[in-house]
Amino acid sequence: MSEQIHSLPADAMVLSDAEIAEIDAEIAHAPYRAAVAIDALKIIQAHRRWVSDECLEALAAYLEMPPAELEGIATFYNLIFRRPVGENVILVCNSVTCWIKGCEGIGAAVSQHLGIEPGETTADGRFTLLPITCLGACDRAPVMMVGEQKFEDVTVERIPAILDHGEGATPG
Amino acid sequence: MSELPLTRNVRPDRSPTDLAAYEANGGYQGLRRAMAGMSPADCLEVVKDSNLRGRGGAGFPTGMKWSFVPMENVSPGHKYLICNADEMEPGTFKDRMLLECDPHQLIEGMILAAYTIGADVAYIFIRAEYLKAARLLREAIAEAKIRNYLGHDILGSGYSLAMHVHASAGRYICGEETALISSLEGKRANPRAKPPFPQVSGLWGRPTIVNNVETLCNIPHIIERGPEWFASLGRGDDAGTKLFGVSGRVNNPGCWEMPMGTTIREILEDKAGGMVAGYGLKGFLPGGGSTDFLVEEHLDLPMEYETIGKAGSRMGTGTMIVLDDKTCPVGFVKNLIEFFAQESCGFCTPCRDGLPWNAQVLDDIEEGRGTPEDLDTLEQHISYIGAIGNTHCALAPGAMEPLQSALKYFREDFQRHIDGGACPYREAH
Ligand SMILES: Cc1cc2nc3c(=O)[nH]c(=O)nc-3n(C[C@H](O)[C@H](O)[C@H](O)COP(=O)(O)O)c2cc1C
Ligand code: SF4
Ligand code: FES
Repeated sequence: MSEQIHSLPADAMVLSDAEIAEIDAEIAHAPYRAAVAIDALKIIQAHRRWVSDECLEALAAYLEMPPAELEGIATFYNLIFRRPVGENVILVCNSVTCWIKGCEGIGAAVSQHLGIEPGETTADGRFTLLPITCLGACDRAPVMMVGEQKFEDVTVERIPAILDHGEGATPG
Repeated sequence: MSELPLTRNVRPDRSPTDLAAYEANGGYQGLRRAMAGMSPADCLEVVKDSNLRGRGGAGFPTGMKWSFVPMENVSPGHKYLICNADEMEPGTFKDRMLLECDPHQLIEGMILAAYTIGADVAYIFIRAEYLKAARLLREAIAEAKIRNYLGHDILGSGYSLAMHVHASAGRYICGEETALISSLEGKRANPRAKPPFPQVSGLWGRPTIVNNVETLCNIPHIIERGPEWFASLGRGDDAGTKLFGVSGRVNNPGCWEMPMGTTIREILEDKAGGMVAGYGLKGFLPGGGSTDFLVEEHLDLPMEYETIGKAGSRMGTGTMIVLDDKTCPVGFVKNLIEFFAQESCGFCTPCRDGLPWNAQVLDDIEEGRGTPEDLDTLEQHISYIGAIGNTHCALAPGAMEPLQSALKYFREDFQRHIDGGACPYREAH
């Protein structure tokens, strides 16, 4: 590789042109670069599913902020993933109304169907299972999300059809 | 039947109302009216006179809040209006309906609010999981720009406003308005000390107003129809309508717009259809997961800020969570305390260390390892963490509300766990 590349900041090597373009669009209406830290982390995640150490360092350089500060931000927010996740992140609500309506059984049924515990990813990389707080659809409890799809009035019996075929989703 | 302005465009299938449908049903008339001849001071007077109170939980009078924003001799720079669409309080699902079904109503309300306080930039801070709502809002903002409801020189008035959607990345504390501001600045969502209040020094140190989705959705109607009309919508002392919701073991859980001052019984029985057969009502949190329990004797109270306050709870978000007689009250409260412990931002000790301690004590009781001293420990925490002023923000005192009232109304249930060395509800569940 030529010296020219070495003279570029680290970010130019790691982040894609598409990611940089989207981050720049956010910077355009922010008072300073570091102000878009969360938007930028979400942009990287939308492209790569998670934020690796390499990406985090590159982004910190690009936003002109210390990597440790960006790490502190990334790890504060539960929906910024600092470890690899599967193609579909399953979020099972475990807050109070869903608890009354049996979310513990729903979570267990997902675990059993996929053979993973909360926090784990299936061997084929298709699913990661995570608990989530109230999803704002308590009138339709129990509630879960698979990727961008929401499932309401979930029953243990519906779990295979939901996971294998995405059956019965409500958009949102 | 009285008028229900907030949900007039909400269809049974919850499909979104686009710009054409919104305009056809009288939308953007409030904005046209203001841009054609009302000054920001005129708008402020109308909102003050309407007695609209914030629908985000605390019930602070909206007009008064706006009046703290400096309007003259302001140092050069932006002023901001922020819509709080974080909606993460357990049991709360009202703003989602307004966001998904009628995005233009919120946008019109935000333009009017921004105009009143002289803001030139507005943000919608929306929780990460509301993907459909965020997409609809972005589309609606683009539509509004084309019609010159947003952007430069709105409807030829000389007033300009930019509006952005910021999708969050999780954490309940982001809904607290100063934490929200920290998060919007790209930082960890730690709340800030007040004063200075955001109205004077908020986002990036500039004057900022944060209002709830439902609060802002009221504004177009108030500007268009006036304060007397708005006051007449309420049945008692409080003006306007409110979104009330019910979740739990009721026949028809849901969310409905009703006059302020509607009785709890009407909401629970007429709308929510009463308890599911085989279940009795044991108690309920009237306004989301951080409000105190009320019980059967309170059913005929009207949902009004003062009345619910006097009964020992809060209107909060107006979305009720029902505790039935087959669900363990200790388990119910434990679930809530675990939520608050997990969502603590970690800034101050009573919350960061005290809430997990309470969660542990409740777990001990629930699992049959409780001792009589555990109840004293809980009481001590309630008087310490629950006191406003001992913590940096209202998350921790809010967390103690369901616990303190559960000990008041359901103490026997705690005692039975301790005496029997097991949860008496386990077989029943
Ligand atoms: C921990 C915590 C979480 C909150 N979450 C929300 C929320 O999700 N949405 C909201 O509108 N207000 C929330 N609030 C209240 C806000 O701090 C603020 O009072 C409100 O957005 C003001 O709007 P309003 O005057 O229109 O009610 C929360 C408060 C606390 C202490
Ligand atoms: S009360 Fe809890 S959430 Fe609020 S500042 Fe203290 S630690 Fe953070
Ligand atoms: S408690 Fe599960 S969606 Fe609200």
